[in-house]
Amino acid sequence: MNDEQLLRYSRQMMLPEIDAAGQEKLSESRVLIVGLGGLGSPVSIYLASAGVGNIVLVDFDKVDISNLQRQIVHTTPDIGRLKIDSAKEHLQAINPDVKIDCIDHALEAKELVNEATKADVIVDASDNFQTRFALNEASVKTKTPLVSGAAIRFEGQVTVFDPRDETSPCYRCLYGDDVATQETCTANGVIAPLLGIIGSIQANETLKLLMGIGETLQGKLLLLDSLYMDLNQAILKKDPACPVCNIS
Amino acid sequence: MQVSIKYFASLRELIGEASVTIDIEENTTVHDLWMEIIRRKNIEFDNVMMTVNMEYVKSERQLIAGDEVAFFPPVTGG
Repeated sequence: MNDEQLLRYSRQMMLPEIDAAGQEKLSESRVLIVGLGGLGSPVSIYLASAGVGNIVLVDFDKVDISNLQRQIVHTTPDIGRLKIDSAKEHLQAINPDVKIDCIDHALEAKELVNEATKADVIVDASDNFQTRFALNEASVKTKTPLVSGAAIRFEGQVTVFDPRDETSPCYRCLYGDDVATQETCTANGVIAPLLGIIGSIQANETLKLLMGIGETLQGKLLLLDSLYMDLNQAILKKDPACPVCNIS
Repeated sequence: MQVSIKYFASLRELIGEASVTIDIEENTTVHDLWMEIIRRKNIEFDNVMMTVNMEYVKSERQLIAGDEVAFFPPVTGG
C-alpha cells in the first residue's frame, strides 16, 4: 500500500477489526454485483470507495431519466448510456485503484458459474425472481456467499446466504419457485433512500464477509417498513425440503 | 385459543391495521388463518409470507395458543 492509499483508507484502517490486514483482504477481493439500479448504486459506490480490489458489474440496461431519482451512481448526462459504462466511470472517479470489469448481458449457465467461482461474494441487486433464483443456484453450486437485498414502495428485505456453512439456508428456502409476483419499482414505485438503506446494508455485509469480521445476517431476514420505520428480524432456517441447497 | 397477528409493510396498508389479537380454533394452520383473514377483509393477495414467533415458516405450520404470527409481502424490486 502506498502513502496515498494509506491516507485514503485511514479512517477504516484505524478500526482494530479492519486494520492493514483487513484492507489488504479487501484489495485482493473480487465481488460480483448483479444489477446497477437502485440497490447496485449504493452497493457499488461503497465497495469501490472502501477499496474492494476487483468489482464485476453486470447489467444490460441503459440509464433512463426515470432512474435518476434513486440510482445515484448515474447522472443526468449519462441518460442513454449503458448503466455499466456510466457506473464504471463514476466508480473509477471515486477510486482509481479499483479494477472494474463490465458485463453487458444477463449471465447464464456456464458464464454465471464461472463468474460466481471467481468471485469472493455475489451481491444480488437485481429486480426480478428469475435472476435471483439463478444467482442463488450459482451461489450454492460454487459455495460463494450471496448478499441478497430487495426493495419496493417503502419496504425492504435483506439477508446473507453463505453456502460455505452447511447449515445456511439459501434464497430458495425463503422463496418457492411458485412465487408469482413480479412487482417492480418501475411499476409500483419506491422511495429513494430506502434503496440507500438496503443497499448500504448489503455493502456493509459484503465488506464483513470479505474481511471475515463480525457476524453477518446469515440465518436472519431483516425486514424494514420505512413508512413506519418498523425494523424486524426473522429467523430463517434451512428448508429440509429445499430442492437447491439440500442436494449434496 | 388466542393468537396475535401483525401485518407488515404494504399488507398493513391493505388490511388497514397493524396488529390484532383473535380467537382461532385448535389445529388451525397459518394457511387457514390467512384464508380466514382475506375472507373477512374481502381482499386478494397472492404469495403472502409469514413468520411465527419471528421465525420464517411455511403455511402448513400449525398454530398454538399465544403464537405471534406476522404476515408480510414478498419483495423482489431493486
